[in-house]
Amino acid sequence: MKEQSAITVENLRKSYKKVEVLKGVSFSVKPGSIFALLGANGAGKTTTINILTTLLKADSGKAVVNGSDVAKNPEAVRGHISLTGQFAAVDDILTGRENLELIGNLRHVSNPAETAKKLLKQFELEDAADRKTATYSGGMQRRLDIAMSLIGEPSIIFFDEPTTGLDPQSRNNMWETIKSLANNGTTIFLTTQYLEEADHLADKICILNKGKIVAEGTPAELKKLLPHGQVELKFQSQKQLDVATKLLATNETARDDEALALTVTTDGTVAQLTKLLTQLENAKVEVIEFAQKAPSLDDVFLKVINESKGEKS
Amino acid sequence: MSLIRDTWTMAQRSLRHTVRSMDTIITVLITPIAMMLMFVFVFGASFEKSLGDVKYIDFITPAIVIMTVVSGIAYAAVRLSMDLQKGIINRFKTMPVAPSSILGGHATSSTLSNLFSTLLVLLVAFLVGFRSNAGIAEWLMFGGLTVLFTLATTWLALLFGLFAKTMEGAGAFSYILLFMIFLSSGFTPVDNMHPVLRWFAEHQPMTPIIETMRSLLTNGTIGDSAGIAIAWCVGLLVVSYVLALRIYKTKTV
Repeated sequence: MKEQSAITVENLRKSYKKVEVLKGVSFSVKPGSIFALLGANGAGKTTTINILTTLLKADSGKAVVNGSDVAKNPEAVRGHISLTGQFAAVDDILTGRENLELIGNLRHVSNPAETAKKLLKQFELEDAADRKTATYSGGMQRRLDIAMSLIGEPSIIFFDEPTTGLDPQSRNNMWETIKSLANNGTTIFLTTQYLEEADHLADKICILNKGKIVAEGTPAELKKLLPHGQVELKFQSQKQLDVATKLLATNETARDDEALALTVTTDGTVAQLTKLLTQLENAKVEVIEFAQKAPSLDDVFLKVINESKGEKS
Repeated sequence: MSLIRDTWTMAQRSLRHTVRSMDTIITVLITPIAMMLMFVFVFGASFEKSLGDVKYIDFITPAIVIMTVVSGIAYAAVRLSMDLQKGIINRFKTMPVAPSSILGGHATSSTLSNLFSTLLVLLVAFLVGFRSNAGIAEWLMFGGLTVLFTLATTWLALLFGLFAKTMEGAGAFSYILLFMIFLSSGFTPVDNMHPVLRWFAEHQPMTPIIETMRSLLTNGTIGDSAGIAIAWCVGLLVVSYVLALRIYKTKTV
């Protein structure tokens, strides 16, 4: 199984002076998938990405990228990865074309000029190709940055908070780019503070909180961590609400007298839901509003973070 | 092979940076040329008396060449420091490119641009009366020593660039070297100096390097300081190269 992983991380630890940033992080990433490391500022996301991209050495633990140990064989790892950091890593004295040709030359591609031309077209930078990148807008620099990361066809691309500071339009474009890369077989490792982003893009999410993985799974699996199958029922009067509350006492319920609403937790099956509604109908209790409450990733995030706080105290 | 190819790729990048910042080229040239003109036309007459039949411009031209190199290499430190403070260095570090290619690119471009500055300064020296008795062999030896000195001080500059916290600070160390030129036999024979300064002047690297250059250009002979001059340059080069690479590799994000 392990041989099939694009990235395997086991019990990674890292401290800066006396501050422990990573406290034994483990996870694995399947080839060709999008993996999101989700966490707040200071959770240890960038430290993890720096270790995986050979910029930083871990204190202990093991990280294998594309079959090579990052500590023992960093050169082999560097041949297969690209890093797109939080800030555009472009040379602002050179033009867009020169930036691309520079990376093409360093990656020893057969025709750097041709590669640059293709990427300029693909990322809609042809008009600005021969201008210094210092004159580029933030969005253009980002596009050039990604174009530079694609040269030499790395099998794994790391994105450190790819959409932080981008406007919604640029953010959507970034998402499309990341998705199409993954569709073409590139493994994507991204860090993000945004649940929406992880939910939208990732095949697998690990939630990192204060240097520890507190939850992991597909977006759907993580949502299952929350009580699912909650339904909210609204009634016409206080009296009807009372009757319903009594009637459904076998389920876990939460009533809201002001809104005349009752939230009922079911096991999520249609059978139980049908039974519940039949009970109400038989008792002549009219349900005026019915809503299914799907747990969002935000709920999961807050829940696991609160739980890990509870463990400590 | 790929080491040489990558170093040249990085050197081309750095040369583009140099050519695109005309102000730095002018700054590098103005200081030594202004110094030369001032020494020759302001102090020259009084200095010349103590030199016998040697013309003052011939006497100081080697020191002016060294000064050109010293003000030029400061920009290698500044450019490296600039790279380190921007995201691009992380891109280079996560690519299959040897650290010696990344630093070596800066060193190569610094050496080439300094040779160019040196040529321009020599041309100005000729215009204000500098004449040489050197033959082709002596000129080649002079060129070789200039390249060796430039390489050694460039790597020293890169070492300082790695330590510097700011880009401005990165260039500041060249003042130390500039000061050492004044405390050598570059502008005045050491016999005229206070005994303490004279001892320093006789034992620091600038004096044998300048003496060798002067001997090659003025007398057309290699002189008797060449061994010490080359030893200083090679020693400085090796120590700076090894330390700079070690620090670059262990320097984390």
